[in-house]
Amino acid sequence: MRFTRTKALVAAAGLALSLAACGDAGEDSEGVDVQAEEVEEGKFEEGSRMAELAEAGEITIGVKYDQPGLGFKDASADVPSGFDVEIAKLLVADLGIDPSSDAVTWEETISDNREPYLEAGRVDLVLASYSITDERRQIVGQTGPYLVTGQQVLVSADSDITGIEDLKGEEVCSASGSTSLENVEAAGAIGAPADTYSQCAEDVLNGSVEAMSTDGSILLGLAAQNEGELKVVGEEFSEENIGVGYSLEYPEMCEWINGVLEESFENGDWAAAFEATLGGDDVETPEPPTLDECA
Amino acid sequence: MDAVLDNLDAVVRAFTYTLLLFVISGVLSLVLGTLLAALRVGPISVLRLAAATYVTIVRNTPLLIVLIFFRIAAPKIGLNFNFVDVQFGDIRLNNLFTACVVGLTVYTAAFVCEAIRSGINAVQLGQAEAARAIGLPFAGVMREVVLPQAFRASVPPLASVQIALLKNTTVAGALGVFEAFARMRSLNNDYATQRIEIFLVFAFVFVVLVEVLSFIANRLERRWRIA
Repeated sequence: MRFTRTKALVAAAGLALSLAACGDAGEDSEGVDVQAEEVEEGKFEEGSRMAELAEAGEITIGVKYDQPGLGFKDASADVPSGFDVEIAKLLVADLGIDPSSDAVTWEETISDNREPYLEAGRVDLVLASYSITDERRQIVGQTGPYLVTGQQVLVSADSDITGIEDLKGEEVCSASGSTSLENVEAAGAIGAPADTYSQCAEDVLNGSVEAMSTDGSILLGLAAQNEGELKVVGEEFSEENIGVGYSLEYPEMCEWINGVLEESFENGDWAAAFEATLGGDDVETPEPPTLDECA
Repeated sequence: MDAVLDNLDAVVRAFTYTLLLFVISGVLSLVLGTLLAALRVGPISVLRLAAATYVTIVRNTPLLIVLIFFRIAAPKIGLNFNFVDVQFGDIRLNNLFTACVVGLTVYTAAFVCEAIRSGINAVQLGQAEAARAIGLPFAGVMREVVLPQAFRASVPPLASVQIALLKNTTVAGALGVFEAFARMRSLNNDYATQRIEIFLVFAFVFVVLVEVLSFIANRLERRWRIA
């Protein structure tokens, strides 16, 4: 008994260390260095939200902290990193605010509180792997998409599972309250909710669950963190349009966001942001998506 | 409301998991807690110390940490529950469910032990002495004389412990069991416009469940009132 207890303590300590080590993905890339643009007089319409923000020189942005490659912040980092963050930087820079300064507050928004934070004005924009849905558009503004991604499956390296269809009736882990979890259930697997994606990866590693599933981009980040132990398999079995969230009180933001996104598609900023975060040696940079019309 | 009604089967399934977590952990924690209480008041000092140590350690550890230990740390040292896989229709009791039950049981047993010990302390010393005097061994003293009276006095604190357990099951929702709390989050994600109603429905069901427990405890108290 004593022996197992010691082993258990060692395991617990090892667990703490391994969880702490989950922060490698964000460190090797600082992202792209984005400079604030000069805002000329009359760039934004008088009284518009953009003019207010540019005037105040401060902005609060909601991002994810637990999705390597999209929005990720480990305990030692000052600011989050990832593709969502890079796109946010472009928007911030367009307002004439320096994205790397303290004028930008990065607020963690988990799946559950993205709409309430926007409604309450706690954040000005949300870029937190925020899927565009009609239901959400009734209470918050969403525009984009700036990324189209689909769900895949992450399994241990020695597994012979080839995709979601092999997982009918098996437990598949995904973040609690996420669209990914719904899709897993819809595909006939048993959803196993977890608090964070790193916890899911841990479960796959120690064999508690067969597989985990969410957007392919996130899985690639996790597989890169655990090279040789985890692999991404299968075709994409869902389509998520990742967009920018803003408050319905300021409908004028839609045109502005689309304008900035369109510009980044054309001048290569979007591709550069992708390569610095989600891209890699064996990942092809996709074509930029087509933007939705503003209502 | 539509959100809940349209997904009624999923909601019912979620509360089934909640109740299964509660009932199984509840029964097991009562058994384990009673055993611990008996050890803590027993004559063998080494067992007294062991039980006291267990209670002290577990009671001072947050529930989430206990559960994470059984869910994430234990499999790393080969302690897993993969042999468990029971299925009734849509309800599947798997290794994750079992780990959560074990965690909840281990945690709640410490509180049950203390609740019962408070009941034992409420039994007059003369009762135990008299039982010893007629030649009953320790087990007999406990079984025939002390524990029956102790349980009566323990009903109110035990009810509190079990109500806390019912609400603690929600922690399992973040650790792989699709119980009520996890289902609520899923529905919030799908029906962003109906968050308030969804929350109120789930909160109301929990209130009803706790009220039922309180009612049962109340009845037991009255029935077993020492004349």
